[in-house]
Amino acid sequence: MVSEEYVYREVMIRNELGMHARSAAKIAKLVQDSKAHVWVKKGDETADASSIVDILTLACEKGTTITIMIEDPSDIDILNAVAELVESGFGE
Amino acid sequence: MSQTPENEIIMKGINASPGICIGKAYLVDKEGVDIVEKYDIKKKKVPAEIKRFKAAVKKAKDELRAIIDDSPKELQNAHILETHMALLKDKSLYGRTIKTIEKDRVNAEWALKTVVSYLLSIFQKMTDSYLKERASDIVHVSDLILRNLVGAMTENIAAIDKRVILVARDLSAADTSQINLERIKGFITDRGGKASHTGIIARALEIPAVVGLENAITQIKSEDLIIVDGNTGIVIIHPTEQTLIEYEERKNQYQEYKADITRESHVEATTADGFHLEVMANIELPEEVVSVRNYGGDGIGLYRTEFQYMNRTEFPSEEELFDRYKDVVEVMNPSPVTIRTLDINGDKALTNNYHRQEVNPVLGLRAIRYCLKKPDLFKTQLRAILRAAAFGNVRIMFPMISAYFEIRLAKRMLDEAAESLEKNGLPFNRNIDVGIMIEVPSAVITADLMAEEVDFFSIGTNDLIQYALAIDRGNKQVAHLYQPLDPAILRMLKHVADVAKEKGIKVFMCGEMAGTPHHIPIVLGMGMDELSMNPQSIPVAKRVIRSINLKDTQALLEQALKQTTAKNVFELVRDRYGEILADHTYSGNFKLNQ
Repeated sequence: MVSEEYVYREVMIRNELGMHARSAAKIAKLVQDSKAHVWVKKGDETADASSIVDILTLACEKGTTITIMIEDPSDIDILNAVAELVESGFGE
Repeated sequence: MSQTPENEIIMKGINASPGICIGKAYLVDKEGVDIVEKYDIKKKKVPAEIKRFKAAVKKAKDELRAIIDDSPKELQNAHILETHMALLKDKSLYGRTIKTIEKDRVNAEWALKTVVSYLLSIFQKMTDSYLKERASDIVHVSDLILRNLVGAMTENIAAIDKRVILVARDLSAADTSQINLERIKGFITDRGGKASHTGIIARALEIPAVVGLENAITQIKSEDLIIVDGNTGIVIIHPTEQTLIEYEERKNQYQEYKADITRESHVEATTADGFHLEVMANIELPEEVVSVRNYGGDGIGLYRTEFQYMNRTEFPSEEELFDRYKDVVEVMNPSPVTIRTLDINGDKALTNNYHRQEVNPVLGLRAIRYCLKKPDLFKTQLRAILRAAAFGNVRIMFPMISAYFEIRLAKRMLDEAAESLEKNGLPFNRNIDVGIMIEVPSAVITADLMAEEVDFFSIGTNDLIQYALAIDRGNKQVAHLYQPLDPAILRMLKHVADVAKEKGIKVFMCGEMAGTPHHIPIVLGMGMDELSMNPQSIPVAKRVIRSINLKDTQALLEQALKQTTAKNVFELVRDRYGEILADHTYSGNFKLNQ
């Protein structure tokens, strides 16, 4: 469930292969300096955005909609950067 | 011999690359990594155990870093290794393992194994086959940590300083990129098939390899004297003096034979009565064009394109594909290069993966079916092929066509790819021959329909025989029933060849049957326009063709079609051509079911 306190954005996976190790690594890298937790949510499952393995276990294929959530509003730039990365198909 | 003689052990595997070598074994893989011991850690010792784990991760990281730094730029797997570097410190792997050591008070190896098993169980449930296979990244990384934990020093392949026979469970692209290949006499692996990475590398280097031995690694120790016979797939451990003498002799014979046959490999393949046949090569790696030239290939009859898609975390880009295709096309120009579009299938896609994604992959989503379902992926390849076609003589070939509509769809996508290139203003050539692989019985029976849409057929006998006779060659229980000379197969081949003639299109053969000397008279009698085979088989095939007469082969085929069993057909060929074949082929290869 998306908490109302969290700031979040919904994005769709656009790259052909879905979210694989290298794309997950790009996300993990972006959030490594966040002040608080950043989460990736798909359906009922939530993954820690700083963990490649965690993100991979969500099995996000092309076309999946995911929600990116931040706990601390000051991480908004990170949120936007992650959302743009996903929307751009991870630059693939 | 002065030391206690050990018993000679003979093992049979898959002959992945021809040749014979005798030498000392060099083991590069530790079977111990698979066996993880569990033991309790006293509360006091937990911090020390965690420290041990961290040290192993650090070592693994240093190892990876060193491999990345030493990898030549042209090896495209460096970014996979970078991702593996990041995975090493990942919370869900690294963090969770440390927590498990603390919580369960178990040794680091066991904690890591528990965490990995849990993660793999999640991947196992995924439906998207590509994402599911990503589990292999986690397995690779945890293996690397484990090796450092167990204390088993990873064999430093780069440091091999004498000429040895490499023995491994499996060799990954990362492993082979480290090997100083001049030091290797031959390869032996427990896993893998003919199309495995080891097989390809060995064939490109022209050194013998036997793969798929299943448990060689447990029987061979480093420094053991072994014989590798890549012609027959035999490996002999601790050979007796007599065996050694015998194999030295065979090795010399083979080398003489090879030198002899290669000398005249550039002479055209024209039958005694003047019929000329193009003898082409099947390749998988651009590097193999050197062998094609050396062995006298008239062109590339089958360029398999799967290799660039394997063992990596993402599909190759159009530029990357284009670069490789262009290399091959330019070197071969003006000879034709027949590029087969992506034929990802069960055994190929799974070479390095740990989970099967389909119960019956051979009948599953593979080749053209897969490509038509992934239009973006397919068009990337089609664009790369059309662009490479601007640099030489290219033909395109679609694999696993089982229905007419698939050709229509594939051709439409080819047109769309051409249009998009036009829009982008990139140079390309759409005016190329388009053909299909005939390897599914439904394509044989509807060949008349198919012929309306294409410029050529290429018969892939390996799959066709498997599908037509319902035989899995890899299944030892039924493998003996896999018979290229089966009356059913001969009728199918004849039908395809006849339809092609009638419709005025070309008909080629690119399966193993085309390169097997004692099948050549039959194949020739069918009226094939081209045969395509492994580069190494070309000189012999050309020799056989030069020594026979087309008219005779047609008469032979007529007789063969009256036979009721593969055995009878075989005997017919042997009675008529036995002497010629025995003169031109390497001894021991002339038998039924080859």
